[in-house]
Amino acid sequence: MDERVAAFELPEREGRQTLLGEVQGRCGENLRLCYQCLKCTVGCPTAPHMDFSPNSIVRMIQLGLKREVLESNAIWLCVSCETCGTRCPNEIDIGLLMDALREISLEEGYRPKERGIVALHNAFMESIRRGGRVHEATMLMEYKLRSGDYWTDLIPGMKLFMKGKIPLIPGRIKGMDSIREIYRKAQEKVRREKG
Amino acid sequence: MKKIGVFICHCGLNIAGTVDVKRVAREIEEIGDVVHSEDYIYMCSDPGQLLIRNAIREEGLDGVVVACCSPTMHEVTFRKAVKSEGLNPYVCEIANIREQCSWIHQGDKERATLKAGEIIRSVLEKLRQNETLETLAMPLTKRVLVIGGGIAGITASIDLADADYEVILVERQPSLGGKLLQLSQTFPHLDDSRYLLGPKRAEVRDHPKIRVMPYCEVDEVKGFIGNFDVRIRAKPTYVDWGKCTACGLCLEKCPVEILSDFERGLKTRKAIYTWAAPGDSGKPVIDPKHCRYLLDGTCTICQEACPEGAIDYQQGERFFEERVGAIIAATGYDLFPMERIGEYGYGKIPDVIDGLAFERMLSLSGPTGGEIRRPSDGRVPREVVFIQCVASRDPERYMPYCSRVCCMYTAKQAKLLKQKVPSAQPYIFFMDIRTDSKGYEEFLQGAIEEEELIYLRGRVARVFREGDKVKVWGDDTLTNRKVEIAADMVVLATAVVPNQGIEDLAAELRATTDKHGFLTEAHIKLYPVESPTKGVFLAGCGQGPKDITDTVAQASATASKIQALFSQDVLLQDPLVAFVDTEICSGCGICVQVCPYEAREMDEYRRISRVHEALCQGCGACIAACPNTACELRNSKAIQVFGMIEVFEAQQKRSLIDG
Repeated sequence: MDERVAAFELPEREGRQTLLGEVQGRCGENLRLCYQCLKCTVGCPTAPHMDFSPNSIVRMIQLGLKREVLESNAIWLCVSCETCGTRCPNEIDIGLLMDALREISLEEGYRPKERGIVALHNAFMESIRRGGRVHEATMLMEYKLRSGDYWTDLIPGMKLFMKGKIPLIPGRIKGMDSIREIYRKAQEKVRREKG
Repeated sequence: MKKIGVFICHCGLNIAGTVDVKRVAREIEEIGDVVHSEDYIYMCSDPGQLLIRNAIREEGLDGVVVACCSPTMHEVTFRKAVKSEGLNPYVCEIANIREQCSWIHQGDKERATLKAGEIIRSVLEKLRQNETLETLAMPLTKRVLVIGGGIAGITASIDLADADYEVILVERQPSLGGKLLQLSQTFPHLDDSRYLLGPKRAEVRDHPKIRVMPYCEVDEVKGFIGNFDVRIRAKPTYVDWGKCTACGLCLEKCPVEILSDFERGLKTRKAIYTWAAPGDSGKPVIDPKHCRYLLDGTCTICQEACPEGAIDYQQGERFFEERVGAIIAATGYDLFPMERIGEYGYGKIPDVIDGLAFERMLSLSGPTGGEIRRPSDGRVPREVVFIQCVASRDPERYMPYCSRVCCMYTAKQAKLLKQKVPSAQPYIFFMDIRTDSKGYEEFLQGAIEEEELIYLRGRVARVFREGDKVKVWGDDTLTNRKVEIAADMVVLATAVVPNQGIEDLAAELRATTDKHGFLTEAHIKLYPVESPTKGVFLAGCGQGPKDITDTVAQASATASKIQALFSQDVLLQDPLVAFVDTEICSGCGICVQVCPYEAREMDEYRRISRVHEALCQGCGACIAACPNTACELRNSKAIQVFGMIEVFEAQQKRSLIDG
């Protein structure tokens, strides 16, 4: 078999069904219903920047193209605005699907295409865990440390700081117990699903 | 004619928006023999028609011109209105000032108004020479010929026979059923074709009003609506069906085996054969192309085997002459010859089959008894590729049209495949999926969801053999990837094309076909089941690709059209036909040659031409061709037409003088 032929083989049927089953199980959406009307993609504000459009992502899951899906930047550029899910004629919530794909991608150790986005996400979650609400100064510091991007937006940040828009001391909300409970439950759920 | 009334319609703003109708009415009123001229917003409405009727009654009009839309719209309406006041309907003429004036001259009110006046004047000129005519009454034979014994012909025959009309049902094959007989289960409800056909076939067979003529073809059609003279050719079966008990011994003994057309080459049949499987079919016939006795007289095994002595090698063609009043052409379809499409390997790779062959495979009475097995080695296939739009929607090389049934039957076949072989994986290459009828989209989505069909949007580039697999190279445009599938079997959804011989039949019927050979209808929307030739009706796939639902609906529509036709005692026809001035006619016969309706013939005794008024459609071909103006058209005589032209000519001269 020459190289050209090998380059366009479909994945084995088993691989196909495993990926589809795993993704469907995690997000709870029936991806077989998709008939490629492209309503998700035309409404998506970040689709122009994605390497694969949302409809292609659904298609690729159907065909079992696991590596391509989990290494795509599309799953990270989704901002969960839910336009896609609201408009889908087959009630497929692609926002939930993208969440599931991000989870799988991180768990299975795929190198995310958009590392900054992952870093910001993690910094954001940590900041909430600490104080119950975002504290910009510490969150941004953590983001910069995680991403290694020290210089972007430094000057606007300094200006905001000079005007007193970024408080130095982190505040704490009253219901910290509830926040801790939310994090605990979420992590427990992840552990349960993994185990 | 002394007292003419002119009625000018506004047609809302359609005419009045461009033509100054008031001014036209005033100007026309000044013409000597016009005693009444008025305008109204909608002349075709009830109050509008009342204006005309009142004017006829009060002012004693003897001619009417209605200036309005095209005569195809409302000529009948106004002629009826005129007739109801006791006038001859043929002294009512239409001046078309909408399609031929206001609609095409919008923005130039002055000249449009001038032209509207001219059109009315020219029609007045014609009207002055009009004769009063009587509607022609023709005898009507209330019998029907149905050509084609598929589901279309069967349905139409039953409808008509139930309405108590005699029906002759001619079928080319040895038994009824058509293509439906070859199908397995039908979309969208997966009804078995036998369940659909069985009762209908029995009904046709037992109906006292239906005469079934299997293994017959229509040889010649003469005559016209109400009275067609048809010659039917019964092909020799070489079996005396009166004696034959369909015991099947001859089929067992015959030593000649050839591939069966009915089974799409998946099985063999003998030289003496029944069309479908026993139980689905009638009595046997001998195929003269393969029978050894008929070829060179070397074998008489079937004759020796037959316990009834039914084999008759001497049988010849027989002809039947029948007179019928209407004809239904339900000639059906065939599939595009796939050998002509090299890229899919049909004919070279045994495991590449067409949709109809797969239907045979799915059918319980088929060559595999309903089991899915590949033709090459009889293995149960696992990976099966379906390719849609094969030779359809390809104007450059094959057929430009959509064959309409393939999307649905492919989905159905893939679904049935999964039900019969749960481990199978169907892949379907498509361009678009068209599910345009009731319940079809739901069927498709259900099949995709439940049966895990993989639809790949793209074309197939190449199909070739590798080991015992059939490799399919294609494209999935939704992920923009090349795809290769190592398939066990490939099913091609090939284009629906008209049955062979349709052109010859159409020529006999004087019906027209389009460039692909489908019979053309009189009007795609308004007269979809009528052929342009009066008395010939169209049902089923001979008119264009369609599914069973549409075919049956169309067949019933032809039956009800014919019932309406037969509800009359005589056939009434517009008398606006050609006539011959016997003083001038030299008997040259040119009119006979040019007439497209066979309405002209020579009077051999008087050596002049005459017109068959029932056949004449008033097309005017003979009038144009006649070298000494002996042919004329009623109420469009040469003197009338030239009179009309002169009106325009005079106006042109005036405007030239005016500068």
